[in-house]
Parts: sequence; structure tokens; C-alpha cells
Amino acid sequence: MTFWTDPIGLLDAWLFAVLTGWGLPADVSRIILYILGGFVLATGAMVFTVFLIWLERKLIGRFQDRFGPNRVGPFGIFQTVADMLKIFTKEFITPDGADLIPYNLAPILSVAGVLFVWAVLPFAINMLGVNLNVGVLYVVAAGAIGELGMILAGWGSNNKFALIGAFRAIGQMISYEVPMILTLLVPVMFTGSMGLNDIVKAQNPWFVVVAPLAAFIFFISQVAENARAPFDLTEAESELVAGFNIEYSGLKFGMFYVAEFLHAFTISVLFAVIFLGGWLGPGAEKYPWLGLLYTMIKTTVVFFTILLMRAGLPRFRIDQVMDLNWKLFTPLAIGILIVTAVVDKSLALFTPTIRVLGLLAANLVMLLVTLRFLKIFAQKKRRPLVVPSASTELPDDISEVLL
Amino acid sequence: MTAVQIVFLAVAALTLAAAVMVVSLRRMMQSALALILALVGVAVIFALLGSGFFAVSQVVVYIGAIAILIIFAVMLTQNSMSPEHSQMNPGFLYAALGSALLFSSLVFILSMWVGFYAIPVNLDPSVDTITVLGLSLTDPQGFALPFEIVSVLLLAALIGGIYIARDHHRD
Amino acid sequence: MIPLSWILAFSLALFFIGLFGAIARKNAISILMGIELMLNAVNINLLAFWRYLYSAHMNGLVFIAVVFAVAAAETAVGLALIISAYRNRRTITAGDFDSLKG
Repeated sequence: MTFWTDPIGLLDAWLFAVLTGWGLPADVSRIILYILGGFVLATGAMVFTVFLIWLERKLIGRFQDRFGPNRVGPFGIFQTVADMLKIFTKEFITPDGADLIPYNLAPILSVAGVLFVWAVLPFAINMLGVNLNVGVLYVVAAGAIGELGMILAGWGSNNKFALIGAFRAIGQMISYEVPMILTLLVPVMFTGSMGLNDIVKAQNPWFVVVAPLAAFIFFISQVAENARAPFDLTEAESELVAGFNIEYSGLKFGMFYVAEFLHAFTISVLFAVIFLGGWLGPGAEKYPWLGLLYTMIKTTVVFFTILLMRAGLPRFRIDQVMDLNWKLFTPLAIGILIVTAVVDKSLALFTPTIRVLGLLAANLVMLLVTLRFLKIFAQKKRRPLVVPSASTELPDDISEVLL
Repeated sequence: MTAVQIVFLAVAALTLAAAVMVVSLRRMMQSALALILALVGVAVIFALLGSGFFAVSQVVVYIGAIAILIIFAVMLTQNSMSPEHSQMNPGFLYAALGSALLFSSLVFILSMWVGFYAIPVNLDPSVDTITVLGLSLTDPQGFALPFEIVSVLLLAALIGGIYIARDHHRD
Repeated sequence: MIPLSWILAFSLALFFIGLFGAIARKNAISILMGIELMLNAVNINLLAFWRYLYSAHMNGLVFIAVVFAVAAAETAVGLALIISAYRNRRTITAGDFDSLKG
């Protein structure tokens, strides 16, 4: 066990030796180390967000043909630090008639809901908080806590725009959880375990190859769950002013902000881990630092895609968002689950190549069937072209109408 | 006293305090928040009892679904009862007395039972509880039938909930 | 380890707090919350008995899963009923729904 093969285990063993050397009992020092580990992971994630916010602003700037932050430090890299300092000094404004407990609890829960996920993310073979045997379910549970934060923010603010924003957010998030969980069951079914590290280890080939449709639905549902463009109706400025966080100022608003940006990165890591093989790559089992590098490369690709979607797509209407979920994604996800289970089980006896090809063919068939259905449906829905008839023709003398 | 016991006592005290707040607070929203705290406490107890699966399920089902539904219901019906009036029925003292009496007598009866002082057996680490549970849920000799009936119940509740809560006057 | 007696006493206390809430509160939503507390207490008991006495059997765990499903179904239908009643009668006090009384 050296720094290059197991850095976390080395650090853990050393700290444990130090603590027991001070005369603490073994289980107390274990608990202290757990708390310390959680603290370090959470702080690391929050500090990392500072970099993420800069990266996102810079990239969005480039997508939109402008420079992005470029004043503070080289390439504007200290812009977020300056923003952070400013937000620290701002005043907390509590709206009149606010319900104080929900109002103050909401930002904390929002951040906590994202940070909880980091406890199970495997960045490399042994660089992870814990390989929970119910990891996937745990990720869903953490999402539920984030939802709770939003609804409390909407309620506690005593503001109708905040409440409408929160209702929209919750409706959207709960709805998109359904296809998300259903598609998460596909990798779980392939692996036979819900632990995220086990899912990574089982990816031969990557699950995005054997379940591309499930991966696509999972990705879109996660973006919708994060309420990012094009699904950012919860904070549609033109309709709702700012959404559920309208009444927050200073650091409390900053916490919602951090939660949103960190969530975008977290779903990128999750997608990379569940569908893109996580830390898998040549030499990654022996040298976890290489695995960390692979995870980060894959995550960056996904993160870049999310940013590109945000920069390039206009916002959906709320009924379009709901239609997309309930009329397309949920039935399709159920179909994917059933078809994948049947095909995988019936091809289990053949060679892996045949199994992969069969699963791919099944996905292709499902895609074609869905597109066919969409075509029929879209043609039914399309409004007939309005042809001006004789009776609606403009009168010869327009002044008759005007008078 | 080990660290686990201290954690258990702290969590149990917090859960019971939250439960008392659920049944005693006048403002429904705060009562609902206390319910969430109590449910989290129960989830931690599940984890302490060695079933991480049910701890996480508790958070998903109770906080992700039930607590949010209750908060929605509280929001939609917030004008019906003002927090200035008592939330208790007139004879609530009798209810408190009866509950306390039943509680103490049950504890007394239980304390005479041998199993009350049982020591936990160490779980066999080679057995994955979730796997065994999943297999028994789908085993026709096991619990496949109850499992299917539960799914039918959930479907019925889904349809019933949508039908009942719909505004029939509007359409 | 935690003695079984502590867990049983704790779950009993939780159950009776829930029972008190279900009996004593006027508000129908509060009654539902009390029932949730009681169901949770039952789940703790089931899990504790599985862990301490019958860890080889799966009956207790299956029963917990069933209780989860029943709790979810009960809340969904119960809250739907409460909202429907509120829409018709503008009240959610359980004692006010007495139009069937002779």
C-alpha cells in the first residue's frame, strides 16, 4: 500500500494510528475518521464548485461569442472568488411574514441533497467515500432531499412567485424521477448489484453501448431533474421573476447557486460512472490516479454536453416538459426495461459478442418503433393549415371595417 | 456504553421529541416538518439495525413521496384552520392518559418476557440480505403472491388518488 | 450492541405518540401523520425482531416492504380524500364531517 496504489487507505491507516496513539478507543477514532472524511469530501466538493462556476461562465461566454469573465486574475479565474467575497458581505434579508424554519432550512437541504451523492461516487477503484450496496437507491434518496429544500423555499418565502416556482419545480422533478429510476434499473439488472463501484467493474463493454436508449433517457431526465436549460422553467425569468429562490439574498442565495452548479457536475459524474465505465481504462485497477484521470475525462465530456445544451436550446413550455415525460419517456422506459430484461436473459447462454449485438438490435428496434409512433402522433396533432375562405376575405373598402 | 449505543440514544431522543412536536404543534407546516425529522430518525435507526436498504427506502418512500404529499396537502388546505385555535379535540387529556397507561403496561408486560433481553446475533457476512430478500420476493414458494398483490394495491391507489382528487365540477 | 429492550421501548413510545395524535387531533391531515408514526413504529419492531431473533427468515423484511407500500397507498388516497372533502366543505376538521348523523 503506497501513495500510488491506495492513497486514501494510506491516509486512513495513518490517521487511525495517530488517533489510537492518543489513547482513544478504536470505535471512537473510527467514528471521528468517518466525520472527518465526510467533512473533507463535502468541503472539497464545495471548493471545486468555485472552479466549476468559473468554467461554466467562461464556456457559456465562448458559446455565445463573448469572452466571459476575464478581469480578475489570468483568464478571469479568480472571478468566482471575488463574487464569493462579495456574497459573503451581503445582508440577509428576511421577507415579511416568512415562515422562518422552512425559510432557513431550505438552502441547507438544497446543498445537502447534492453533497450526499458525493459520498458514494467512485472516482477511482479505491477513491470513494463508501461502496454502499444500495448506492443507486441512495442517489435517488439524495435527490428527494433536494426536492424537499425547494418546496420549503417556496413555502417559507411568503411570495406567490416563489410558491409557483416551487410547485413547478416539484412537479417537474417528481415526474422526471419516474423514467430516471426505471432506466437506472437497466444497469442494476446487468450488474446484479446496486453499488456504484460494482456497476463500474461490471461494464464490459460500457453500458452506453448495450443500453443506449436507457442512457439517453437517464441523461435527459437528470438534466430535467437539475432544472437546467432547456428545462429551467422553475426559474423562467420572463414568467416567474426568479423562481423559488426569489426572496433569498446573500449567502443563502449563494447556497442555492452552489447547489445548482454542483448538481450539474454531479450528474455528469453519475452518468460517466453508470454508463460510460467510470474509472475503467488501461492500468486503472493498479494505479487509481489513472482511474481518476479517466473518470474526469469522461465527466468533462458529459459536462460539456450539458453546457452545450444550455447554450444552444430554447426553453420548453411547461406542458411540453410534462408531455415529454409522461407521454414519451415513461412508457419508453418501461418498454426498455422489459425488452432489455427479456433479451438479456434469452441471450445469456451465447457468447458476449452475440449478447451485445442482440441488445443493440433490440435498442434499434425500440428506437424505430418509437419514432414511428411519434410520427403518427405528431401528424395527428398538427394543426390544419388555415386557408382563407371567401367569407373572410377583406372587404374592398378597408375603411368600412375601421369605422 | 459503546459509541453505537450513544448514537442510538441520541437519535431515539431526537425522534421521540420530533414525534411529540408532530402531535402537539399548532401550525400544520411545522408539524409536517417535525414529521420529516421523525422519519429521518427512524431511517437512522434502521441503519443502526443493520439494514441499509430499508434505511434508504425509508428516505425515498417517506421523504421523497409521503412527506412531500403531506406538505402539498397542508399548503392546499392552509386556510381551513387558523393556528390560533386549539388543534386538539376536547377530550385529548383522556387520549394522553390512555396512551400513557397502555404504554407503561405494555412495557411492564414485555419486561417479564425472556426475549426482551435478547442479544443480537452476528449477521453472517457471506449472506447478502438484499439478494436473499429479492429472491424470496420473486420465489413462487416464497412471497411472489403478496408482492404481486401489493403492486395491484399500489396501482389501485394511484388510479383512486387521481380520480378522487380531480375537480369534478370543472369538467 | 444495543439491547433489544431499548429498541422495543422506543418503538412502543413512538407508536403511542402516534396513537395519541390520531385520536386527539382535530385536523384530518394530523390524523394521517399520527398513523404514519404508528406504521413507522411497527416497522422498527419488525426490523428489530428480524435482526435479534429471526435473522435467518425473510418474513419480517417482506412485511416491512408491504408496510411501505401500504403506507404510500394510504397517504395517496387519504390525502386525495382530504383535498376532495376540502373542496366540497371548506373544512378539514374530522369532526365536521357529520352530515350522515341522524
